[in-house]
This record gives sequence, structure tokens and C-alpha cells, in this order.
Amino acid sequence: MNLEAVRAIYKFEMARARRTVTQTIISPVISTSLYFVVFGAAIGSRIQSVGGVGYGSFIVPGLVMLSLLGQSIANASFGIYFPRFTGTIYEVLSAPVSSVEIVLGYAGAAATKSVILGVIILITARLFVPLKLLHPLWMVAFLVLTAATFSLVGFIIGIWADGFEKLQIVPLLIVTPLTFLGGSFYSINMLPPPWRTVALFDPVVYLVSGFRWSFYGIADVNVGVSLGMTAVFLAVSLAIVWWIFRTGYRLKT
Amino acid sequence: MLKVTDLAEIILHSGVPGVALSILRERGLRRTARRPRPGIEQAVQRTGACGYARKMDDIIEISGVSKTYSSGFIALKGIDLAVRRGEIFALLGPNGAGKTTLISIVCGIVRASSGRVMVDGHDIGRDWRRARSLIGLVPQELTTDAFESVWNTVSFTRGLFGLRANPTHLESVLRALSLWDKRNSRIMTLSGGMKRRLLIAKALAHEPRVLFLDEPTAGVDVELRHDMWQLISRLRGEGVTVILTTHYIEEAEEMADRVGVINKGELVLVRDKADLMREFGSKRLSLRLRRPLAQVPPALEGWRLELSGDGGELTYIYDARDVRDGVGGFLDRVRDAGIEFTDLGTTESSLEDIFVSLVRPSK
Repeated sequence: MNLEAVRAIYKFEMARARRTVTQTIISPVISTSLYFVVFGAAIGSRIQSVGGVGYGSFIVPGLVMLSLLGQSIANASFGIYFPRFTGTIYEVLSAPVSSVEIVLGYAGAAATKSVILGVIILITARLFVPLKLLHPLWMVAFLVLTAATFSLVGFIIGIWADGFEKLQIVPLLIVTPLTFLGGSFYSINMLPPPWRTVALFDPVVYLVSGFRWSFYGIADVNVGVSLGMTAVFLAVSLAIVWWIFRTGYRLKT
Repeated sequence: MLKVTDLAEIILHSGVPGVALSILRERGLRRTARRPRPGIEQAVQRTGACGYARKMDDIIEISGVSKTYSSGFIALKGIDLAVRRGEIFALLGPNGAGKTTLISIVCGIVRASSGRVMVDGHDIGRDWRRARSLIGLVPQELTTDAFESVWNTVSFTRGLFGLRANPTHLESVLRALSLWDKRNSRIMTLSGGMKRRLLIAKALAHEPRVLFLDEPTAGVDVELRHDMWQLISRLRGEGVTVILTTHYIEEAEEMADRVGVINKGELVLVRDKADLMREFGSKRLSLRLRRPLAQVPPALEGWRLELSGDGGELTYIYDARDVRDGVGGFLDRVRDAGIEFTDLGTTESSLEDIFVSLVRPSK
């Protein structure tokens, strides 16, 4: 295995994050803080606790997931799309680097940035509301698995996109609505029965539910199901990435 | 370069045109040429294409490589080519001939539709890691990561090729390309010529044994171009095999050991440069006449001659390899015909003339 190449790509991508720290870290932290002000303080003060957890604390896992999903996709998609756009992808394709190593480098760096961001948001949230962490290892597992899965999704989008507009379409039109409808700000048990059934088709429900369970021990769906669904998303993403490299889709003519 | 006056002097002093010719050859006369000998294309067809034969000393072996893009465009048609270890090989061809496609296939960027490529005995499909680790590529386009620093980008390339950091090597590469002072500069601040040199530095960062240069001096000023030629010669001295494509025929003429001409996806020929120049080049001896002629005199019929419109210049087109047709015999016949001339000069086909003849569409 060409570990030096993985390291080179990883370092390169992390250096890019340092150069764009405002966009990568500061901007999501400010957005999340505003959510706390609006939902946690202004609206949350009028809402009863959910499952015995104060509303401000209840939304923290959902907000972390919201940022985690968005940033994982944004970082990974831009990371692979930009070399395609500028043409510098030629050196990755002509180097003795396997598809697994390319993915490890690009998606690994994107996932790392997302996890760092998630931790920063948790620390920020702690400044606003009390947090309880019942299952820290599961919390880390959900954080890392979700970051890795959606970094792969971002990688796929970055390969598929043939313009900056397409790079934005999936996050804006699919991921953000799914995140908002996936119980980030509420329990799906608060929805009327038909909508609760519909919500179960939203994959984000399982991620948010499992992640919230690791904090407060309350979940919309069984934690085993959450974990299983997260693994399924990861497997599907890996399969698509494998297909991309096998066929050379949008990479090799 | 020998001047026309030198030629006249040699003829006058030797008194024997045949001797004068041998003196000229010893001096290695290089002429600027205007017109190649007609019928080159037929000659190429007679001599066959590329004479592909596998040898132990071949570092790149391309056999039967074809490429048809999904659009249906056929970029390459059964290319057979062997590049010798340590040589400078120039691949010439007009735009769209298939040069970049061929290079991209060897480097692993484009997939061949059929055929096989070996790099130092390693199949680029089965043993791709070892094959690619031997190759450095300088692409045609100035593709750089504008926001990165020079040092970081060459370090990145070295890492991609699986090599640990080696600041000493990278420093020597950057110094050789006059980029050391710019090592901490962002790439976006570099001039076009510097970016071109940076691409070469990146290609050399992992100490390749084969270097592909796709139009390396496009958009580069004359001084820098000569610096690059020196660098390429030095690399050859270190045992690096260099394959370059270029639009500057002068570049191939100056540097290449062998030349391959590709046109419409087919390799038209591969020859030692010197053989190519000798084989397909023609010479022209022009005489400035003391008295204009209305037509070529009957005594000179049978010689390939052109008379200028005003009758003041008589040009003899001949094959330098053919002793019988040499200038000595012709000048004897001119003197016998009582034709006097005040000046004379010779020209020879350049590689450019030969190239144009080879890729010119047949009419």
C-alpha cells in the first residue's frame, strides 16, 4: 500500500482546510450558535422538555449532525472536484496510487475536518446549554461513521459534478431538507402518525436518533437499527465509489 | 553555419567541385531550407512504418495500441513503438494527431481500447504501480494548484509517488529550474514560464527514469527554452529517457536522437534524426546568372532544374547521397554549356520541411 501517497493527499487537504479556516470552521460554528439563540433560547424557552431533556440540550445532537453532514459533503466534494476542474487530477491518476488510497486521502481528510468541526460545535453548545453524555464511545462511533459515510457521499458528488452548480445541488436540494425533516429539531414521535411513517424513510432520522441516544439515552428508533442503517449507508457509498474507480467514471476516458 | 561566400571560396581554392563538396561535408554544413524533395510520402510508404522490434534496451514498448473515444473518434490506430533507454525521442504531429492520447495512455490517464504498453518490462495494466513509479509527466496545459506554495506542491508530488520527503533532492531540482527563490511563493504569483518550469520540477520530484514532456516549451521565451534544452540534455546525461512532443520542430531538430511522426492516429515513421534528415532531405544549389536565360539550355536537359521567372537564377535540386548527381558534375556541365554565374548558394531541407511533407494531406 502506498501510505506515503495517502499521507500526501491527506496533508494537502488538511492544509487547504487551514487556508480556508473561516469557511471550514468559523462559519459553521457561527451558524450553529445562531441556531442555539433562535431555537434554543427564543423558541425553546416556550417548548416543554422532550423526553425529559430540555429543548436546548435536545437539539444539540441534531445540530451537530446538521453541520457534520453538510461539511462532510462540502469538504469531500470540493476536495476531489477542484483538481478535476483545474486539471491537476492528472498527477493523482498518473501516480502509483490505488483507488482505495485516493479515497482514504480525500475522504479521510474530509471526515477528519468534519469530526473536528463536530467537536468544536459540541464545545460551543456546552457554553449555551447543559450536556449529558451517557455513551461517549457510541457518540464517537456515530460521529466518525457519519462523517466517513457522508464524506464518501461528497466524494461521489465531486466526481459526478461537471460544474459548480451541480456541486451545490445535492447538498441544497436533498441533504439539507432531509436533515431538517430528519428530527434534528424534534422527535419524530411528535409528528402525526402518517408523517412519522414517512419520516422513517429519511435516512437522517437514524443518524440523528442514534447520535442523540448516545447523549441522553432517548431515541426515535432502536439504536441497533440506527447503527445498522448507518452501516448500510456506508456500504452503499463504498460500492458506488468502487464502481466509479472500476469504470473510470468521469475520471478516465 | 557556413555562408555562401565560404562555399564559393572552397570551390575556388580547391578547384575541384567534388573535393569542395567533401570539404563542405566535413564542415557539417547546416542549411536553412525551403522545400523538401517531392515524393517523400511515397518514399515513406516504400520504406515502411516504424520497424517495431522488441529489444532489451527498449524502456518503453508500445504494441498495437488503439484508442477510440466514446464519441466514436478514433484517436490512435494500432500504434507500435519502442523507445530506447536513455534517448531523447521527439514525437511530432499536428494538432489532434494523437500525441497527447498516446502519452496519456502510457501514463495511465487514458485507457487504451486495445494493445499493450510495457515500461521497463512492467505492464502498465497488470504491474501499474511499478510502471507508473518510473514515469514523470509534464502536461501540456499549465495545470497547477494556484493557492499552493511551490515547495508544498513538489513535496506533494513526491509523496504521491510513494517516496519519503527528500529536501535535498527537491532543492536541487528547484535550483536547476531557477525556482529555489520562489519556493515559498504561491503558484498564482508565478509567471507563465515559471509555472511551466514548476510542472517540470513536479515531474522530476520523484526521480523518474522516463520523462514525458508534452509541449514543454509552449509559451516560453527563447532564453528559457534554451535553458530547458540544457536541462533535458543534462537529464539524458543522467540516464533519464525523455519523450517530448513539440510544435517547435527546431526543438526536435536541436535535441532529439530519434523522431517519430504521428498523423491522424497513425505512426507515419520513426527514424534516427540524422538518418531522417539524410534520407528525406533534399538539397538545392542556386546559381545567380550573369546573363538571364530564356529557357533551360538543351545541354542541361535531364537534370532537375528550376529557372526563376526572370531567368536570372538557375536552381539545381539534387540528392546529396547520390554521388552521380552531386554538384561537381552539375557545375562541370554548366561550365561546358557556357553559362556564367556571379554567385551561388545551397540550401537543405530542415526537419520542419520534412515534417510538413509527411503530414500534408495528399491531394
